[in-house]
Amino acid sequence: MKKLLSIFAVVAFAFSAHAGTLDDVKNRGFLKCGVTTGLAGFAAPDDSGEWAGLDADMCRAVAVAVFGDRSKVEFITTTGKSRFPTLASGEVDMLARNTTWTISRDVNLGFEFVGVNFYDGQGFMVPSALGVSSATELDGATVCIQTGTTTELNLADFFRLNGISYEALPIETNDEGKENLFAGRCDVYTTDASGLSSTRAAASNPDKWVVLPEIISKEPLGPLVRHGDHQWGDVVRWSLNAMIIAEELGITSENVDAQTSSNVPEVLRLLGVEGNYGEMLELSNDWAYQIIKQIGNYSESYEANVGPDTPLEIARGLNALWTQGGILYAPPFR
Amino acid sequence: MRSNLGFFSDEKFRSIFFQTLVVGLFALGLFFVITTTSYNLEKRNIATGWSFLQNPAGFDISFSPFLEFKSTDTHLKVYFVGVLNTLLVSVTGCIAATILGFILGIVRLSSNWLLSRLVYIYVEFSRNVPLLLQIILWYSILIQLPRVKQSLQVLDVFYISNRGLYSPRPIFESGFSYVSIAIVLALISSFLINRWAKKRQDKTGQQFPVFSSSIGLIFIVPLILFFILGSPLSFEHPELKGFNFKGGLVIRPEFIAMFLALSIYTAAFISEIVRAGIMSVSKGQREASAAIGLKQTWIMRLIIIPQALRVIVPPLTSQYLNLTKNSSLGIAVGYADLVHGFGGISLNQTGQAIECMAIVMATYLSISLTISFFMNIYNRSIQFKEK
Ligand SMILES: N[C@@H](CCC(=O)N[C@@H](CS)C(=O)NCC(=O)O)C(=O)O
Repeated sequence: MKKLLSIFAVVAFAFSAHAGTLDDVKNRGFLKCGVTTGLAGFAAPDDSGEWAGLDADMCRAVAVAVFGDRSKVEFITTTGKSRFPTLASGEVDMLARNTTWTISRDVNLGFEFVGVNFYDGQGFMVPSALGVSSATELDGATVCIQTGTTTELNLADFFRLNGISYEALPIETNDEGKENLFAGRCDVYTTDASGLSSTRAAASNPDKWVVLPEIISKEPLGPLVRHGDHQWGDVVRWSLNAMIIAEELGITSENVDAQTSSNVPEVLRLLGVEGNYGEMLELSNDWAYQIIKQIGNYSESYEANVGPDTPLEIARGLNALWTQGGILYAPPFR
Repeated sequence: MRSNLGFFSDEKFRSIFFQTLVVGLFALGLFFVITTTSYNLEKRNIATGWSFLQNPAGFDISFSPFLEFKSTDTHLKVYFVGVLNTLLVSVTGCIAATILGFILGIVRLSSNWLLSRLVYIYVEFSRNVPLLLQIILWYSILIQLPRVKQSLQVLDVFYISNRGLYSPRPIFESGFSYVSIAIVLALISSFLINRWAKKRQDKTGQQFPVFSSSIGLIFIVPLILFFILGSPLSFEHPELKGFNFKGGLVIRPEFIAMFLALSIYTAAFISEIVRAGIMSVSKGQREASAAIGLKQTWIMRLIIIPQALRVIVPPLTSQYLNLTKNSSLGIAVGYADLVHGFGGISLNQTGQAIECMAIVMATYLSISLTISFFMNIYNRSIQFKEK
C-alpha cells in the first residue's frame, strides 16, 4: 500500500510540477495578468481599447522585465471573488487587482504578496443630497459592497463597533455597484478610497457625490503570485521595486538613456551597466532599464493614472516616497 | 474453439468480471484524483479541513427572512441561511410556475385564436431567451422603480420603490391561536366531508355541496370566532425613517426578480407539458363525455385532466428539478442563495473551495432527490390502478 501511495505521489507530482512560472511565461511568449473588470485609473481599457492604469502598468512592467516588450501581456479580468481561484488554478501568472495584503490571503490561501503598489484604506461615498457628513450617521442605511473582499469584513466590523445597523447589498463588480448606487438602490457605496474616487469620477455629475472623511481600514494593495514559486515571486517583486527605486534615484523614462552614463553606482547597477542582477533573476541585464524606458518610474505611472491631474485626483499622500513624507520604500538595489 | 476461452465463455462470469473491472477502475480513478488534489493543495500551502465551518463569518447577510444573521455567526449558519433562501425561491417559484403553466397550457388549446397565439408567443419568447438574461432584465426594471424617498403608495398601506415592496406586518395577539386552531380543524373537516361526499355519491348518486360547505367552514367559522375574541390581530405599518422604511414586511427586488424570472421561464415549459398531456387523451374520451351530457368544465376536471396527469407528472418533476437548480443564478442579482452566500462569499473568504463546493453539491443533490422522491410517490398514486 505504501508503495502504491508513493507511486501515486510521484505521478501526481509529474502532473503538477511546473518547470516554474518564469519558464512557463517565457515558453508561452506572453504574460497572463489578472486585473479588475474595469476600474479607471487602476486597470480599465482606455479610449483606444488598451488596458491602462496603475495595476495595468504593473502587469506591463513584468512583461517588459521578461520580454523587453510592454505589449506581451494578456489581461484577464477577474471579479473580487474569482481572482483567487483564477490565480490558484494557474489561469493567470500574477494578480495586480486592487488586492489587499492580509494574513489569511498570504498564509491560508497559499499566495505570496510581493509588495505594495498602492497604500489605501476603506471609505464611504454618499450622494451629497443625503446631507450625511460622517459615517457614524449611517444607521439604517443600505450599503452596496463587493463580495469576496476585505471590504465586506471591515464594514461588518465598523458597524458592529459603532453599534449601528445597516442593510448590505452584495454585488459582484464595481460596475454593478455604480448601477445600484446611481439608481438609489443603495444609499452608500463602500470600497477602497481609490475605488471611490474612480467611481465618483465616472459619475455623470461628480459634484453630486461626497466621500466621507472616515477611513476605516488599512488596505495595502499589491501584486501577488502563487506561494512557493520564489523565483517568479522575485521577478514580480523587483519589477515593482525597480519602479520605486527609479523614482528615488530620479530616473525617468525621459532621462533614462542619459542616466546610463551616470556616476551614481546604484543607478548603474539598476540600469544593468554594472553588475549582473538581471542574470540573477534569469532576465536580461537591461530589464530594469527597459521597465523605466517603456513604462516609467513609479511617480510617472502614478501621475498619469491616478494623480491630482487625472479625473481621480488622488494626492500622493501615503504613496509618496519615504523621503517625501510617504511610506513608499524599496529595499536597496545591491 | 469455445473451450479455449475458458471462463470467458460463461456469460455470468464475463458480466461479473467486467463489472468488477469497471468498479475497480472507477475506484482507482477516484483514488488518483483524491491523492493528486490533496498533494497539490499541500504543495500550494492551501489549508484543508472542516474546522472553518465553526469560525465566525465576519460578514453580514441582510436577506435572511427566517433566521437572524449577524457577522459573528459561523459559516455553518451562512450555509443554513443559504439553504433556506434557495428553498424559498424554489418552492414559491415551483408553485407559481405550476399554476401559470397549467393555465397557459389550457389557454393554448382554447379555440380562441388570439389567446392561443399570445400564449404561443409567450412560450417561444421565454423558452428561447437565456434565463440569466431574463433575471437581469427583471432586476434592471425593478431598480428603475422610484427611489425609496419617492415610493409609490398603493391603497395607503403598501409602498413600492426600488428597495422592494413594503406592506404591513400582521401581529398576532394572544387570542389568535384559537383562530388558527379553528382554521386547521375546518381544513381537516372539509377534507373528511369531501371524502364522505364522494363515497356517498358513488353509492347513491346523491351529490353534496362540498365546495360551498367547505368555504363556509374554512372562512366563515374562523371569522366569527375572530370577532368574538375581539379581533386579536393588529398591523405594524412600515414607516419611512432616516434612510429606509422601518417595520412592516418587505419583499426585496432581488427576490422578486428571481421569483418572476424563474416562474415565468419554467411556466413556459410546463405549459407545453400540460398541452402535450391534454392532447394525449384521445378525442373519443371528450366526445363520449359530451355525449352523456357532462358540462365542459366537468369534462376537463373529471375526464381529461386525471388522464393527462399521468403524462404530465414525470416531465413536470424534471421541471421542478430544473427550477431549483436554476435558482443558483441568484448571484447575478445579489440574491443570497446557497451558491451566492456559502458557495461564494464563505468560499472566498475562507479559501476552502473544495469543501464548500462539495457541501453545496451534496445539498443540491439532496434537494433534487427529495423532490423526485415525493413526485414519484404522487406519480404512482395517479397511475392506472389495474384490477
Ligand atoms: N482591496 C479590497 C477590495 C478590492 C476591490 O474589489 N476593489 C474594487 C473597487 S476599489 C474593484 O477593484 N472593483 C473592480 C471590479 O469590479 O472588477 C480587497 O482586496 O478585497
